This record gives sequence, structure tokens and C-alpha cells, in this order.
Amino acid sequence: MSFKNLDQLYRSVIMDHYKTPRNKGTIENDSINIEMNNPTCGDRIHLTLQVVDGIVKDAKFDGEGCSISMASASMMTQAVKGKDVDTALGLSKTFSDMMLGKDYDDSLDLGDIEALQGVSQFPARIKCATLAWKAMEKGVHEQQKS
Amino acid sequence: MINKEIKSYFPILDQEINGHPLVYLDSAATSQKPVQVIEALENYYKLDNSNVHRGVHTLGNRATEKYEGAREKVQKFINASSTEEVIFLRGTTTAINLVAQSYGRANVDEGDEIVITYMEHHSNIIPWQQLAKERGAILKYIELEEDGTISLEQVKAAITERTKIVSMVYVSNVLGTMNPVKEVARIAHEHGAVMVVDGAQAAPHLKIDVQQLDCDFFAFSGHKMVGPTGIGVLYGKKALLNDMEPVEFGGEMIDFVGLYDSTWKELPWKFEGGTPIIAGAVGLGAAIDFLSEIGLDEIEKHEHEMAAIAMEKMNGIEGLQIYGPKDPSKRAGIVTFNLNDVHPHDVATVLDMSGIAVRAGHHCAQPLMKWLEVSATARASFYLYNDESDIDRLTEGLRSAKEYFNDVF
Repeated sequence: MSFKNLDQLYRSVIMDHYKTPRNKGTIENDSINIEMNNPTCGDRIHLTLQVVDGIVKDAKFDGEGCSISMASASMMTQAVKGKDVDTALGLSKTFSDMMLGKDYDDSLDLGDIEALQGVSQFPARIKCATLAWKAMEKGVHEQQKS
Repeated sequence: MINKEIKSYFPILDQEINGHPLVYLDSAATSQKPVQVIEALENYYKLDNSNVHRGVHTLGNRATEKYEGAREKVQKFINASSTEEVIFLRGTTTAINLVAQSYGRANVDEGDEIVITYMEHHSNIIPWQQLAKERGAILKYIELEEDGTISLEQVKAAITERTKIVSMVYVSNVLGTMNPVKEVARIAHEHGAVMVVDGAQAAPHLKIDVQQLDCDFFAFSGHKMVGPTGIGVLYGKKALLNDMEPVEFGGEMIDFVGLYDSTWKELPWKFEGGTPIIAGAVGLGAAIDFLSEIGLDEIEKHEHEMAAIAMEKMNGIEGLQIYGPKDPSKRAGIVTFNLNDVHPHDVATVLDMSGIAVRAGHHCAQPLMKWLEVSATARASFYLYNDESDIDRLTEGLRSAKEYFNDVF
């Protein structure tokens, strides 16, 4: 059986991030800790961020979940590392728009993230892809409040 | 009789999903509905809709007759001694919460024990967690055997003189295990505890006889047994229900309302505050007629067969692991599994692309997932409208999924 549709979802760059995740682990010192679950399916992410002077110096994740959620987490950490907080949040907005099938800001360099565009065709899987981004947003907002 | 004709009663099954004929293997989440149930709902709204137990007009009488007629059907279906023991509620969750909040609050004190098992659905865990926290009681879990069954030795070890409530699932929604609830009820009673049975996965598939089980409470949902969503039943022994206070107050459930005090209606209505789930009950009545005509014994036999065939064929797929009892006669038509390193969500997506609906996730049983040492699983669940060709489609789909992920990995 051929799965042409599936190839839109499981692009090779996604499977590469799933098999060899970037930034896997936890930052030990002085980091923002965010635990987030997807209660409907049991996906779980533990994200640690180090934000210094408004710049995301480091980002690492740990957790368990499907290929889409873990690959997305890997890509997200890669994308926000070294960016200022506003750019990171902007990327998150762009990603969310992309998932919802809206027109999105293509002025930002999405890099590998663009490979996740096919997820928008699979409504049941959008939550998998957005989990890590939601965790990042929560972490940044908590830090901004304190 | 279970035959090909049965499928034709379920209009939803006659469609293509992603270019393939639908194979629905998620009945443990919710079952599909036959035309007989759909028409009963339609006719109720077209011909008889009215509020019940009030007014003198003809429609009101007709709606009341239909609603109370459905209660009689439920009474016979589970062999309760009287209709007073049959309370219509939203579903199993609401039913267990009612027992916890009413019976539990009145009977469980500090240091008392509530005993459940590792294989409970969240709806048979959290109401007891909340009750235990509120009353300072102890929530205890019965250990499972390695194959996902419950041994009476473990039950005897868990239940003590301090145990006030034992609550257990009859058929596990993950492992498919059929538990010896009758024997457990006997042990509970020897220690002065009441026995609550979560029958959500049992009522659709087995003949239920609450008097023979001698359980004190039995909860189930209509939508898992070809009935509509939003209707469920709490059975309770009359003596217990009589002593219990309602947890919802308002219209329908009162006898007399004064300025500062009120009295309640008789059983079962004192637990049915507000306009009841009339259409839901009518639909459930039609579902019971449908299942009874086929025969619950037939349905149970069919499901054991489905489980046996599915397990045999799925075991032929390398790298596929099935959870729960190895012996198909110990389980209902539920087969939970994982496929190598492929995450169950990914398995479910590939199957969906082939028109096959299975569940993936934690199945509202996180403590059981922890016991199984997995974060999620995939689950195929069978019902009376499934046949061997559905199992063939499933195994074919699983082989494709495996191939697909071998290629992309």
C-alpha cells in the first residue's frame, strides 16, 4: 500500500529529528522549568530554558510522545536558541498559524520547522506538534512576570 | 444471531474514510448506533416529546410512559429487583460520582479504606481520590498479576475490617480482562464493605445480573451499548439508596418545598434532579431491545471469538506486543497493543489513512499505563458489527504501518 498523504506528514527531516533529537536533556542551573502534558493522549514534555538579558541562551527538552511531538520539540529548541524572547514568541505565533492553515509570516526563517507544515492536514495531530511551543510560551511568560 | 445482516443496521459503517471502506474498531470508546435506536430518538422527538411527571396533557403522559418504560427495560436487562433501583444519570462517571458523594460521604470516616485496582478507568479512581482526601480515608490499590488479571488472594490481602467501599471494573477498557466481581463482592461483604462495579465495558458485552453478582452498586453508560450519549444508569440496592441523600437538588426530585426546608421524592426520582434525560432513556430502551433480540450470550461468544482471532493473527506480526491476558476466554473483545518502536499515535494515523479507526493514547487509565511501563498504547476493540474481515484489514494495516516506518526510520 502506498501512503502518499502520509509522506506529507512524516517528512524525512521530521523522522531525523525524532530519531536523533537535538537539545535532548535538561539544563541544570538557573533555568526555567516547564512540564506540560497533552492530557488526551499522554504526551509529556519537560522543557528547560535559560533566558539571560532577554535572549534564550539555551533550551533543552525531555519527555515522551509520538514522532510528531518529539520532532517538533527538537526543532523548537533548535529554532529558539540564541534568539531574543520576542523573536521566539513570534516564531511560535507563526508556527501556530501554520498549523491552523492560516497565512503565516514567511519573513522569519523557519528552517526545519517548515517540514511540519503537512501536520495541518491531520487535525488530530496538530496538538502533538504544538505541545513544545506551548511549553516554551508558558516558560517565557512566567519569566517575564517574575 | 450474529451475522452479516447486523452490519447493515448501522448506517455509519457504510462509508469510505480516506478512500477505504471504514473499519470501526473503537467501540470501547463509543459504539455505533443502529437504525432502530436512531429512529426511536427521531420518533420520540417527532411524536411524543414533552416534559415528564407533570401536567395532564396527553403528550406529557406519553413521554412519561416512554421514559418509565425505558426504566423497566433496564430493570429487566440487568435483573434488578425493582425499577426503584434504576436511576437514570448522564453516564458511568456521573453514577460513580453519585455513589462517592452520597454513600461515600455518609459512610467513610477518617482512617477507613477504599479499595480499587490498578486497572481502573479514571472515572473509577478520581471520585475515590477526592473522597479519600475529604474524609481522611486511605485509598488502596489491589495489585495485578503479571498477565493483567486479578487474583482473589490479592483481593483478600487488600480488603480489611476498615474497608468501607470496594470498587472495581468488571471488564477492563485496556486489558479486556473480565474480573471476578461476584467473588470480590462476597469478600467485600464478609468485611462489611459495599461493592461498586464499573460496568461500562461489561453491560454492552455480557449478560448482567446484578442480583446474581450481589453487587451493591452497578454503573454503566448507554453510548457504549449502541445507545445514545448522555444517558447512563446507576443501579443500587434499594435499602442503600433509601438511606442516601441526593447530590443534585432542584426540580423533579422534590416531594414538598417549604421556605427553609424540603423533602424528596421516592426512589428512583430523588436522584434525578432537573428535567430528566428523556430522549436518552428512550434511545437506551431501544438499544436494550436491539441487543436483547440478538442475545447477550451470542454477543459475548462473538467477542471472545473476535478476540481469539485478532490475537492469533496479530501475534503473527513480528514486533507486536499485546497486553493483558493471553487466554482470549479471559477477555472481552478488546486488544491493546504496541508495535515495535512506532508510537501508537503514529500507528493510529497510518491505520486511519487506511480507513481503520483505532484508539491511541492512555485510554483514561494512566495508573495502568504506569503499571504496564508504557506511556501510551494502541487499542482495537470489537463489537457485534465487526467480523473477521475487519481483523484482516487491521493486520494488513499494521503490516503496512510497520513497513512504512521501517522505510522512513
